[in-house]
Amino acid sequence: MTHKNERVLSVKELARVEGEGALYLRANGNRVEEARLDIYEPPRFFEAFLRGRAYTEPPDITARICGICPVAYQMSACQAIEDACGVTVDGAIADLRRLLYCGEWIESHALHIYLLHAPDFLGYRSGIEMATQRRDIVERGLALKKAGNAIMEVVGGRPIHPVNVRLGGFYRAPDRAELAALAESLRRALDDALATVRWVAAFDFPDHACEADMLALWRPGTYPIERGTLRTRSGLAFPAAGWDEHVIEEQVPHSTALHAHLAGGGRYLTGPLARYSLSSQWLSPLAREAARDAGLGPTCENPFRSIIVRAVETVYAVDEALRLIEAYEPPGPPAVEVRPRAGVGHGVTEAPRGTLYHRYEILADGLIASARIVPPTSQNQAAIEADLRAFAEARLGLDDAELTRHCEQAIRNYDPCISCSTHFLDLTIERSLFMQNGAWFPCQVPAACRSW
Amino acid sequence: MSGPGGVPVVVIGVGNEFRRDDGAGPAVVQGLRDLVPPGVGLVITDGEPTRLLEAWTGAALAVVVDAVRVSGSEPPRPGTTYRFVVDRPGTGSGPAASSHGFGFDDAIALALALDRMPGRLIVHAIEAADLSQGTGLTAHVAAAVDTVAAAILDDIGSFAARQGA
Repeated sequence: MTHKNERVLSVKELARVEGEGALYLRANGNRVEEARLDIYEPPRFFEAFLRGRAYTEPPDITARICGICPVAYQMSACQAIEDACGVTVDGAIADLRRLLYCGEWIESHALHIYLLHAPDFLGYRSGIEMATQRRDIVERGLALKKAGNAIMEVVGGRPIHPVNVRLGGFYRAPDRAELAALAESLRRALDDALATVRWVAAFDFPDHACEADMLALWRPGTYPIERGTLRTRSGLAFPAAGWDEHVIEEQVPHSTALHAHLAGGGRYLTGPLARYSLSSQWLSPLAREAARDAGLGPTCENPFRSIIVRAVETVYAVDEALRLIEAYEPPGPPAVEVRPRAGVGHGVTEAPRGTLYHRYEILADGLIASARIVPPTSQNQAAIEADLRAFAEARLGLDDAELTRHCEQAIRNYDPCISCSTHFLDLTIERSLFMQNGAWFPCQVPAACRSW
Repeated sequence: MSGPGGVPVVVIGVGNEFRRDDGAGPAVVQGLRDLVPPGVGLVITDGEPTRLLEAWTGAALAVVVDAVRVSGSEPPRPGTTYRFVVDRPGTGSGPAASSHGFGFDDAIALALALDRMPGRLIVHAIEAADLSQGTGLTAHVAAAVDTVAAAILDDIGSFAARQGA
């Protein structure tokens, strides 16, 4: 197999780094005493990396944090720096940003639904296995994803890590003809998106509810994507500038990621369920109808049904992209000027998997004094762990392999951004008792640890 | 994408330039920008399988270049280069826990399932020393970048010659 070398090699993978995400469960009898989701968190590195760099650089640099949601990082970064510099971007440029973001939502949601989440409900071991038996279905998912990809390419300049985004707007605005060509593919994608909702709505869902508050952007009249203020289901409302006052991040021993909770409150969930539960009334009529036909009420707390919410959000993103294209008039200059000034700015947008907060302190000479990035996964971590604890506790009668499979499925409900460099999730289950004939007995070896 | 002699050829650099030696693939592709024959597609991507599929669908020849970690009994040899002609997935990955967790084997398996393999798929790999956070390649890996770029040009030239023969 090797060309230049006679050695026999075992190439386990090509350079994505394993071991940066792990789940640890400790059960005692019929109780789960501890559920820990260890997540490696790249933004911490980028926060340090950005210090001393020019205020114009974060949109490009932070886009590299995540290959799945670079637009989210770019948009939150732009918004925060523009806020610090006293600039507001609106009109056609703001619409173009929302269009680009729709592309990312479509791409990310289609990937998650078709290759990751749906196979769990249909009994396939993976999306690959599903592709061997339901090629037509997977091809539909890839076509849908490609429509999002096309938006990223036309508006963002390339399909990953868009290069056309800058402070104040874009380096170049597409003309109407370019977007009209996009609309052709999006009209086909809308049929695929609606078919996706009908398809996933027919899956069987366990009765389960995530016991956590929910937080998302909120803007009356508009489903939240790239602008708005923050709101929780428990009634808290605050602007991006109030983030530090209302969201507390804490270091926990088992993770490099900081855990977030609401000040004076508890854990919370951000992402599709939160957006939908706070703003389903602002979906487009077509997306609202799709949600209703799929059996969704005005809110959704069941993380397993997040696949339906993602599918509905995909319908919305395609529909919204078509609306934005229809109304599009190229902006005069494609960007407004953003001059540096000393100050602090805040930016919040809705990445496909949840709220993404950026904060920058900029010096008068335009250099960055400090950067803070709070990704959705670290906000969700405490809620995911609590949910896993409850979910696993009801299934401790399963053997380790089966319990592992169920827990992995529960994690997939949230599609955590473990790291773009991560391939494997290692699961360790430690039991201090085992079950036999319906009764619990101590293990011969007190702590039996296994890794997959 | 129409390479030498009208044959669709694409070179795909996989990696993350903010994970030190994982930036080897993109570095090779950057180095090839002024060297490949007209029409050869050059793509830099993060390795997400459907993006790889999109990049190589319809290609008669696809060359993927990536950093690699080598497991086995021999000591690590950073900067060592390997070349594989790939026609099936390895035994690597199981079901991913996150959409951030798909890998190269998934791309091959998916391409086979969907009949989207390129006509010929060659993988060049550079053994990495450091995949931690940061920018810049380590010395041995940086030194291997030009070697691999030259090998890829050989691949393209040989392939075009065979097509023309």
